[in-house]
Amino acid sequence: MSDSVPSSPVTVRSEPATAGDFSPDWRTARLRQVIPLLAALAGVVVGLLAGAILIFLSGADPAAAYLAMFQGAFGSQRALTETLLKTAPLLLMGLGLTVAFRAQVWNIGGEGQYLMGALVGAGIGLSLQAIAPPALVIPLMLMGGLVGGALWAAVAAFLKLRFQINEIISTLMLNYIAEYWLLYLVRVPLKDPDSFLPQSIQLVRSVRLPTLGDTRIHIGFLIALGLAPLVYLLLWKTPLGFRIRAIGASQTVARYAGMNVSRGIVFALLFSGALAGLTGIMEVSALHTRLKAGILGGYGFSGILVALLGRLHPAGVLMASLFFAALTIGAQTMHSLYGLPMALAQVIQGLVVLFVLAADALTRRWIGTR
Amino acid sequence: MADWSSLLTLAFLTTLLISGIRLAIPIFLAALGEIITERGGVLNLGLEGIMLVGALAGFMTAYAVEQSATPWLVGLAPWLGLAAGLLAGALMGLIMAVFAVSLQTDQVVTGIMLVILGQGITTYVYRQQFGSLTARVTTMPSMPIPGFAELPLVGPIFFNLDPVTYGSLFLLLASLFFLYQTTWGLNIRAVGEHPGAAETSGVNVAVVRYAAVLLGAALTGLGGAVLTVAQLGIFNEGITAGRGWIAVALVIFARWRPERAFAGAFLFGIATALQFRIQALNLGAIPYELLLMLPYVLTLLVLLRGDSRSTAPAALGKAYVKE
Amino acid sequence: MKSTPIVELRNITKRFPGGVLANDRVSLDLRQGEILGLLGENGAGKTTLMNILYGLYRPDEGEIRLRGAPVHFHSPHDAIAHGLGMVHQHFMLVPKFTVAENLMLGQPSPRAPLLADRRAVAQRILDLSAQYGLQVDPHAPVWQLSVGQEQRVEILKTLYRGAEILILDEPTAVLTPQEVDELLTILRNLATDGRSIIFISHKLREVMEVCDRIAVMRDGRLVDVVLTAQTTTQALSRMMVGREVMLRVDKAPATPGEVLLRIQNLHAKDDRGLPALRGVNLTVRAGEIVGVAGVEGNGQRELEETLRGLRPVSAGRIELCGRDVTGRAPRDIIDAGLGHVPSDRYRTGLLRDFSVAENLALVTVDRPPFTRRGLLDMAVMRSRARQLVQAFDVRTPSVDVRVAALSGGNAQKVVLAREIAHGPRVLLVAQPTRGVDVGAIEYVHRELVRRRDEGMAILLISTELDEILTLSDRIVVLYQGRIVGECPAEGVSVEALGLMMGGTPSHAL
Repeated sequence: MSDSVPSSPVTVRSEPATAGDFSPDWRTARLRQVIPLLAALAGVVVGLLAGAILIFLSGADPAAAYLAMFQGAFGSQRALTETLLKTAPLLLMGLGLTVAFRAQVWNIGGEGQYLMGALVGAGIGLSLQAIAPPALVIPLMLMGGLVGGALWAAVAAFLKLRFQINEIISTLMLNYIAEYWLLYLVRVPLKDPDSFLPQSIQLVRSVRLPTLGDTRIHIGFLIALGLAPLVYLLLWKTPLGFRIRAIGASQTVARYAGMNVSRGIVFALLFSGALAGLTGIMEVSALHTRLKAGILGGYGFSGILVALLGRLHPAGVLMASLFFAALTIGAQTMHSLYGLPMALAQVIQGLVVLFVLAADALTRRWIGTR
Repeated sequence: MADWSSLLTLAFLTTLLISGIRLAIPIFLAALGEIITERGGVLNLGLEGIMLVGALAGFMTAYAVEQSATPWLVGLAPWLGLAAGLLAGALMGLIMAVFAVSLQTDQVVTGIMLVILGQGITTYVYRQQFGSLTARVTTMPSMPIPGFAELPLVGPIFFNLDPVTYGSLFLLLASLFFLYQTTWGLNIRAVGEHPGAAETSGVNVAVVRYAAVLLGAALTGLGGAVLTVAQLGIFNEGITAGRGWIAVALVIFARWRPERAFAGAFLFGIATALQFRIQALNLGAIPYELLLMLPYVLTLLVLLRGDSRSTAPAALGKAYVKE
Repeated sequence: MKSTPIVELRNITKRFPGGVLANDRVSLDLRQGEILGLLGENGAGKTTLMNILYGLYRPDEGEIRLRGAPVHFHSPHDAIAHGLGMVHQHFMLVPKFTVAENLMLGQPSPRAPLLADRRAVAQRILDLSAQYGLQVDPHAPVWQLSVGQEQRVEILKTLYRGAEILILDEPTAVLTPQEVDELLTILRNLATDGRSIIFISHKLREVMEVCDRIAVMRDGRLVDVVLTAQTTTQALSRMMVGREVMLRVDKAPATPGEVLLRIQNLHAKDDRGLPALRGVNLTVRAGEIVGVAGVEGNGQRELEETLRGLRPVSAGRIELCGRDVTGRAPRDIIDAGLGHVPSDRYRTGLLRDFSVAENLALVTVDRPPFTRRGLLDMAVMRSRARQLVQAFDVRTPSVDVRVAALSGGNAQKVVLAREIAHGPRVLLVAQPTRGVDVGAIEYVHRELVRRRDEGMAILLISTELDEILTLSDRIVVLYQGRIVGECPAEGVSVEALGLMMGGTPSHAL
C-alpha cells in the first residue's frame, strides 16, 4: 500500500488490510475527493478562455473587458452589494435544485415556481399590508412564497406519479402557463388602476424585506446563506437525505430496500419548488416591489447551472452562485464601457458548466470508475 | 360582442387549416429530427436551443444575402438561410454527440446545457450584430400547383402552400422509408434498442449514434430556420417560445413514429391558429393570455395518455459502454 | 485434419481499469474442425479472452494469428469479416426486430446494398435452417421466441455471416438438460462440417461430453490444455479450482418447525403483461432450506419480486410469519420478517457509488441505531459495519470504500450480511453464487446452512442444479410459472429433476 498518499480523516485506518491488493482503489479514493474540484476549476478556466475568444471576435480587448467585469462586480462597495444581492436568488434556487438533482429529479420549472411563489407571497402582502402589522405580514409573505412554489411543483409531481409524465416536460410547460397567468393577472384583476402599465399596486415600504443596517443587503440574503448548511445537514445527516441520495443513485435498489420512492420524488420536487417560490417573493419584495411582467430574472435556468457547477453540494453551490452573480453584475459594467451585450455573462456561464461536464467525463474515464 | 357563427364559415375553416399547417411545420421538423435521434438511443433535450441557433443562423444568412444585393443571389436568400439553419443545427448536434456519445455525459444534463447555451449565444450574437434594430427578411411566397390550386377548398389547403411545407411532407415520407426500409434505418433503430447486439453484429455504435444525432439536430435547426426565414421574416430573443420543448413532448405523444408526430404537430398548429383567430375576433372577451397558454396546456393534456415506456427505444438515454 | 491450428493466441494479456489482470499471458490454439472446451470458474478470464478474439476488446499485449497470419481486430466487424462468429452468454438480439432483421444487422443486403431486403434474407434463413436442423420462423419478432429458439437464432446468425470459427459462451446455462443434448448434437454436426468451435463452460459434464480437447483457465491464466480422452472430471476440477473442492456442504438433517412462509395459488404477470406465475403453492418451515429448481425464465424473477412486494399479485395469497402480506409494500414485508438476497445484486441490491457502511445500513437506515433523534449516526453506522465485515469475512480495506471496488464475492457477502443482520425469520435467496468466486461460494453455502440450523426458514431460488442439490432439504421445480414437482433432496435423481425442469410433471415419472 502506498504511503505517499496522505491519510484522510474520513478513512478508518485501523481496518486490517486483508487479502488482495487494494492500492489502486486507495489512490482513487483520494483522487475522487480532489478531482471534482480540479475539474470544476479547469472548467471555469476554459469557459472564461472561450468567453475571451468571443469577446475578441466581437472586436473588444478580452483582458480589458474581463477587468471591467471584475471591477464591476467587486471594485466598490456598491458593486459588491449588487453582487451579493444577485447571489441570494441564485443560491436559493441552486440549493433547491441540488436536492432535486441529487434524487435525479429534473425540475427545470424553476421559473414557473418562482412566479407562483411571487404571486402567492405578493398576494398576501398586498391584501394584508393595510390591515396587519409588518411583523406578521412579512413572515406570512415568505411562507406564501414557499407554499406557492411548492404547489406549482406539486402539479408536476402529480402528473409524474399519476400519469408517468416526465417532469422535465411538465415543469417546462408549467413555466409558460405560469408566465401567461401572471401577465393576465397584472393586466386585468390585479392591475393598479392609477397606472397605464400592466402592473399591480406597490407593496408599502414597511412590508418589504428589512435590510441590514444602512446597506441594501436584505434578510433574504441571510436566509439563503443560512439554508446552505441546512441543506447540507438534510442531505448527509438525515435519513431523508440518505433516501434522496439513494433514490438518485438507483430507484430500483431504493425500492428493493423498502424505501418509498414516490414520496422521495415528491419531496425533492416540492422542496426545490418551495425554494424557487421563496426566491420569487424575495425578489418581488426586495427588488421589484410589485407584480409586473419583468419580475422574472431567468433564475430557473441559471439556478440549474449553479447547482451543476456547485457539484450538487451546498458549499459548491455557494461559490458557484457568487461566481455567477459576479459575472452577471460585472457584465453590466462591461456593457456600458465596451458595448458588449450583457448576454455574454449567460454564454460564459453555459460554457463553464459545459466544460466542467467534459472535464468530469474525462477524469472519470481516467480514474476508471466503471 | 362578436358572433360565434362567424367561426363556422368555409373561408374561416380554410384559413384555419392553412395556417394550422404552416404553424405545424417548424415543430414537426424538430420532432422528426428528435425521433431519428431518439431511435438511435440518444435523448437530445436541447431542441429549444438548437432551434434558436438554427433560427438565427438562417435569419442572418438570409439577411446578409439580401443586403449584398447581388441580383442573382437575392432570390436564393431564403434557401441559403434554410441551408444555414440545417448546418448550424448539425453543429449543435455535434456538441451533443461529442458529449453524449464520446464523453458519455448524462444526456439529460447535456441537453439542458444546449438549451441554455443556445439561448445565450443567440441573444448575444443578435444584440451584437443588430443592436436594438428590428431587421427583416423577405419570407417565402406560396407555390401554387397549376391545375390543382384553383380547386375549391382542397386547392388552397393542399395545393397552394409554400415550398417549405411541400418539402416537409416529402421529408415525412422520406423518413418513413429511411427508418423502416433501409439498412441505415435498421442500424439506427438497432443501436437505440440494443447497442450490444448491434456492436456484436458488426455495427459501429458510436458512428451510427453520431449520425443519428447530427441528422436529428440538422432537421431541428432547419425547423428553426423555417420559422424565421420562411414564415416570420424576423428574429428576436427566444423567438421559438418553447416550440423545441413542445417537439420533445410530441415525440413521446407520437410514440416515436414520424407520421404520428406530423399529426400531433398539425393538431398544435390548428390550436395555435384557432387561438390567433379568436384573439382577432375578440370573442366573448376571453383573455388572450389564456389562449396563449393553450399550446402548453395541450402538450400536458396529450401526454395524459399514460405510460409510453414500452414503446420507447429500450436503450434511450443510456450511454453505451462496452462491457 | 484436426492438427492445423486455425486460430493461434500468443501471450494475450489484458488489464482492466482498476488494475484487474483478466488475462495473463494466455497462449492457446484452435485446430480446424475441432471442438475446444474452455473451462474455468466465473471470473477466470474465459469470456474476456474470447471477447478479445472477437474484437470487442483489444489486448494490452500479445498476438492473434488466423490461419497462420497475424490479425488485428478493431471491432467485431473485423472479426466477422475474417470468419468468426460468437454466441454470447446474454443473447445479442434486438427483441423488437424479427429474426430476419436481426440477421441483417451489420450485413449488406443480398440484392440492393442499402435496402432492408427482408424477403431475400428470409430465404437464406430457411435454407440454413433446413441444412442444420435449426427450425425458426424468419418473420417472428424475437421477443416472442423461447430461450431455446433465441439460441438457434444466434447460431444461425453466425452461420448466415459465413462463420468458420464459432465461439459459444456458456451456451447451456439457459437450457433444460434435454435442450442441452440437442445443442450438443448440433455442435457435433457443425464440427463434422469442418467448422471449428470454442465451447466455453464451467460445467464439467458437458465439456467432457462434447469436446475434443479442453483448455482450463484459472485467475486469468491458462492452466493446461488436455485431450478429453486422457482426463477425468476430478482432474479437471482440480485444475479449475487449484485444490480439492468439497462442494458437498456438511449439514445435519433438517428439523423443520412451524410454517413461516406460505404461498397459496399465487398468480403474477411479467413485464410484458403475460402470466408468469400461474398458481404457485409453496410452504417453507423454520429450520429448513427449500430449493426452487428450474431453467431460467420460468417465473423465478417474478416469484422473487412478488415475494418482496415489488410486483403486483394478480391472485393468491402470501403469508409471512403468520401475517397476510399479499400486496403489501416492500417496507411492510421487510418488517414482517423477510430478508432478501436478490438475484441481480448490482441492479437491485447494492448502490455501487455508496460506501460499504452505507450499503450495510441501507434497509434500516431510518431507525435506531443508525438514526437517533432524526439524525444519522455515521459513527454507529461505521462501527456496525466493521462488526459485520468481520463477522461475514468481507474482504475490504475499509468500510468507507465504495462497493463498486469490491469483488463479486465480497459484494455478495455485503448483501448477505445486511439481509441477515436486520433479523428476518424468513430468508429469500436468489442465485446467491452467480458471478461469485469459489471461496465465496463455499462461504455463502456454509452461512446459509448455519442460519437454517439457527431456525431461519430459507427459500433458495437457483438455476444451478448443483447448488440446489447441495443446499436444499426439500426441492420444488418451477416450470412455466407452476410448481410441477416436489421431492425431498435426499436421494433425488438428477435425471428426474431434469425431466421436471423440462415440463414433465413428477407423477408422470
